[in-house]
Amino acid sequence: MEIDPFIFRLSIFILSIFIGYYVVWSVTPSLHTPLMSVTNAISSVIIVGAIIAGLSGDSQNIFNTSSIFGFLAISLAAINIFGGFLVTQRMLRMYKKKKKDK
Amino acid sequence: MTANLSAIFYLISGILFILALRGLSSPETSRQGNFFGILGMIIAITVTFLSIGNFSSVFIYVLIFLLIGGLIGSFIAYKIPMTAMPELVAGFHSLVGLAAVFVAIAAFLNPEAFRLGSPGNIKLSSLIEMSIGAAIGAITFSGSIVAFLKLRGIMSGSPITFKGQHYINLLLGITIIVLTFYLCNTQTEVFFWRLIAISFLLGLLLIIPIGGADMPVVISMLNSYSGWAAAGIGFTLENSALIITGALVGSSGAILSYIMCKGMNRSFFNVILGGFGATDQTLSSQRKEQKPVKSGNAEDAAFLMKNASSVIIVPGYGMAVAQAQHALREMVDTLKKNDIKVSYAIHPVAGRMPGHMNVLLAEANVPYDEVFELEEINNDFANADVAFVIGANDVTNPIAKTDPQSPIYGMPVLDVEKCKSVLFVKRSLSPGYAGVDNELFYRDNTLMLFADAKKMTEEIIKNLN
Repeated sequence: MEIDPFIFRLSIFILSIFIGYYVVWSVTPSLHTPLMSVTNAISSVIIVGAIIAGLSGDSQNIFNTSSIFGFLAISLAAINIFGGFLVTQRMLRMYKKKKKDK
Repeated sequence: MTANLSAIFYLISGILFILALRGLSSPETSRQGNFFGILGMIIAITVTFLSIGNFSSVFIYVLIFLLIGGLIGSFIAYKIPMTAMPELVAGFHSLVGLAAVFVAIAAFLNPEAFRLGSPGNIKLSSLIEMSIGAAIGAITFSGSIVAFLKLRGIMSGSPITFKGQHYINLLLGITIIVLTFYLCNTQTEVFFWRLIAISFLLGLLLIIPIGGADMPVVISMLNSYSGWAAAGIGFTLENSALIITGALVGSSGAILSYIMCKGMNRSFFNVILGGFGATDQTLSSQRKEQKPVKSGNAEDAAFLMKNASSVIIVPGYGMAVAQAQHALREMVDTLKKNDIKVSYAIHPVAGRMPGHMNVLLAEANVPYDEVFELEEINNDFANADVAFVIGANDVTNPIAKTDPQSPIYGMPVLDVEKCKSVLFVKRSLSPGYAGVDNELFYRDNTLMLFADAKKMTEEIIKNLN
């Protein structure tokens, strides 16, 4: 009997939870806020689904109900991607070490 | 691009996302980590474009919508003040949730584009996965909106509770499962819409009973939900980047919630059930008779600190509200010029979200190696001369160690009372969020500085010079 591809995806999922568990515990508490903003940004990789929906139409039929939802989701996810990564960058740039000469 | 090749690229982008989180293990590697994250995202988006290969006029529209979102996002990222990070993160969570709902709807209406079958004849497993994705996405969306409104102060931070609340939530939860079942059996559109509507309602009801002080837990929890929603959609799209990311974000949020719960000594289950802070009024009205309090002014505080050899600063949310972090840094600079050793002590639940205080101090140019977590610094209070508590309250209350009757009993607290003297910058003697009187106010070695945190700090600087 063949293994359902779903099982492989489930394996990826479960293993990733474990990776997430260990990686996140190693995040230093002082960077927990950037952690949240960057997870925000990366979870917006959901944009790939939105792009598939948006591109489903053709030149004659650009806007159908499905693709409109796709377009809206593209914008929402893009706000998160740009906003999330940039605000994380902005925060991380502020973390500085003590200057020796002080 | 073949499906296999694009799958490998999605895997690479998933790995880059893992490295992005891994980078956050120290501030030195964090910027590189963020770069990995950006790279992973660029790869995922490019691969999607190439694998669909539709570069007709539709493509232009996709780019336009991408650009609109990108511009809005960039604008927000540059404008947002650091004190408003909790609201921003809550707002972002809601967008992830809504995007998940929209993608699920798009996939349901046009399953051919996602290779899931045809309308009315969608694969059973896909239908279940997209229902899960849509339901969690909708809960995340409406829940985050409530969290956003509470954090922004548009909605009162006090919990909204009513009788039978938990039963209604339970009922709604069961309804969602039943609707998923009917949807799978009949493939009828109406069940899908009802499923989404009820999930929106559930998200709303789940968050309204949770009080303002529990917001760090709520934000972390919604962070986790947004991850599970993404993972659900990832299964529908058979996309490993999305599955990996969803799992990462889901566990990240769960761990943060756990850390926050531990910081407040509350069980996770308890917070999810909500209704905290409902005891605020009753407890504060029971306050004991007026006890003598020593209060001082900036001059006294400056004198005490000038004669100290080590000072520990304990910042709390009040510092953020008063925007006192820059003045505080200036004060510390002056102290350091007088050869006084200064460090900062941060409680896990200080502020309105995990790590909020650290960001605010970093913004004020406080070097991160002067900032310590509770476990790292708690033993140092006994050897320090002055503890300068600014805008924090409950997290310093020794009652958490002594009185089993107290609602905050068992909560880890900073041992500020062990310092030779304690300076407490506060506007009044009012109790903190937990509604508990802080016995520290009445101790002999405590000097209360009744004033706005920023004004008081500025006054102290004047007196130090």
